[in-house]
Amino acid sequence: MPGFGFSLGFTLFYLSAIVLIPLAALIIRPWELGWSGFWTEITQPRVLAALKLSFGASAIAASINSVFGFIVAWVLVRYRFPGKRLIDALVDLPFALPTAVAGIALSALYANNGWIGGPLEKAGIKIAYTPYGVMVALVFIGMPFVVRTLQPVLADLHRDSEEASATLGATRFQTFRRVILPMLAPTLLTGTAMAFARAVGEYGSVIFIAGNLPMVSEITPLLIIIKLQEYDYAGAAAIGVVMLMVSFIFLLALNALQAWVSSRR
Amino acid sequence: MKKIIATTLACALLTSATAQAANVTLLNVSYDPTRELYKNINGAFAAQWKQKTGDNVTINMSHNGSGAQSRAIIDGLDADVATLALAYDIDAIADRAKLLPKDWQKRLPQGSTPYTSTIVFLVRKGNPWKVKDWPDLVKPGIHVVTPNPKTSGGARWSYLAAWAYAEKAPGGNKDKAKAFVANLYKHVPVLDTGARGATTTFAQRGIGDVLLSWENEAHLALEEAGGADKFQIVYPSNSILAEPPVALIDKNVGRHGTRKVAEAYLQFLYTKDAQEIEAKNFYRPRDQGVLKAHGADFPNIPLYTIDDVFGGWTKAQQVHFADGGVFDQIYKPGQ
Repeated sequence: MPGFGFSLGFTLFYLSAIVLIPLAALIIRPWELGWSGFWTEITQPRVLAALKLSFGASAIAASINSVFGFIVAWVLVRYRFPGKRLIDALVDLPFALPTAVAGIALSALYANNGWIGGPLEKAGIKIAYTPYGVMVALVFIGMPFVVRTLQPVLADLHRDSEEASATLGATRFQTFRRVILPMLAPTLLTGTAMAFARAVGEYGSVIFIAGNLPMVSEITPLLIIIKLQEYDYAGAAAIGVVMLMVSFIFLLALNALQAWVSSRR
Repeated sequence: MKKIIATTLACALLTSATAQAANVTLLNVSYDPTRELYKNINGAFAAQWKQKTGDNVTINMSHNGSGAQSRAIIDGLDADVATLALAYDIDAIADRAKLLPKDWQKRLPQGSTPYTSTIVFLVRKGNPWKVKDWPDLVKPGIHVVTPNPKTSGGARWSYLAAWAYAEKAPGGNKDKAKAFVANLYKHVPVLDTGARGATTTFAQRGIGDVLLSWENEAHLALEEAGGADKFQIVYPSNSILAEPPVALIDKNVGRHGTRKVAEAYLQFLYTKDAQEIEAKNFYRPRDQGVLKAHGADFPNIPLYTIDDVFGGWTKAQQVHFADGGVFDQIYKPGQ
């Protein structure tokens, strides 16, 4: 490597060009409205409902992925079985699939004439075209983030500590809770944070299954598109800035939590 | 020396000869349901242009929601002509980007709309809800599928058609129209972002009992494999005259040097040949002769115009669809 000065300089340049300058353009835009205009824009009930849905559904989807993604990663790292490589490759599919295709496939499955939606409908459960539909789509697109961040760390995990724990008389659950989980927690948090961040911004797959009813199943990115359609660039940017800030605070908090967890180890 | 001059001249002649048999490219930026229509139109126009001038013209198409296309042109999409779902979207290009004069609609016959359409009901075969007219759409328990007027041009026409019916019905007024439209949207379980999305929701996902649809989209749904066994079209007692306009984007054709061919392309839409193609794609042709020949496809129902009921697009947009407009006020789902 060419040394610290040069590489830091390049890092700053690269981050500015790719991330900071577009974000700065976004942050400058809404102030055309003035502070009060900005405030009225983002406190409309419809905007608040959309923000609640977007962040709420993303948080729930990320939590679901943190549990089940963990199990998938565990199985893929710890066990050998026929077809393992195939399943391993399947995990990446949500990355590769165009999000619109995912959305159409999911809505076809979960609509009340679909394979999953049909039986559920008879049981009185509706998924497609409700906020639950949003969650299903977000679980789908977030899953690989958890699995792929956990896998390498899990593979490097030495079994000696587990064996030590067992010889000292711990039950399997105690070993899991007190030995394995603390070692994996920082990585699990990273993966969950990534799944969450991805879910908040997701548009393509969600609009096909959400129903898009204002106040009920309208996600924030759709609201931004609607604002753009009204040539309300400043209003769209205002909502964008709020999303950005909330996401940033969430991620910062998760990072802090992660640092705290690793320091406690 | 002579040889050099001769060669130069020969070369010059050659280049000018090739320049004469030019290849021209046009970009037509259009809305969602016109894919099939313009595929046929473009072929016919290219053949005619070749015969007339010897030039090869290739027409590239771009399709998306009408509002999104308008925004794309404003933001720099290099359209030679715009063929959108409603006049307001072209007005926006004239107002915001000043790429064409404000009175663009006066430059071609019939307010620059070579073909029209209307809003009809698509229902499931046998019409189980016995839907005949607008009031049937607010029967208790019925579900109506229509896209979001904020993002879809066709949905704006649907909304205005429902409003026009209620305002012009005997004893109707603006307040009653607002109440009717508000009630109608309470029966909408899914708001798709575009006309094609709504058709898919209704036809493939089995959501809803009635689809408010462009007349041409409804016919297309019937033409699809098995469509005629599953759906039927219901014409209400009246609807709206939907006028999807076309316009030359002056600044862009000026820069490309394509004004002549772009103008000819738009005028071609009014010729008998083109009107025939439009009618075959279920757009109502302006030519009375062609319309009559295809009369079976286009039942004659009273159609209100946007100028009569709403005072033009600019006003309709401001009152109904702008931020905080009537649509935002009446749209309170979950109540």
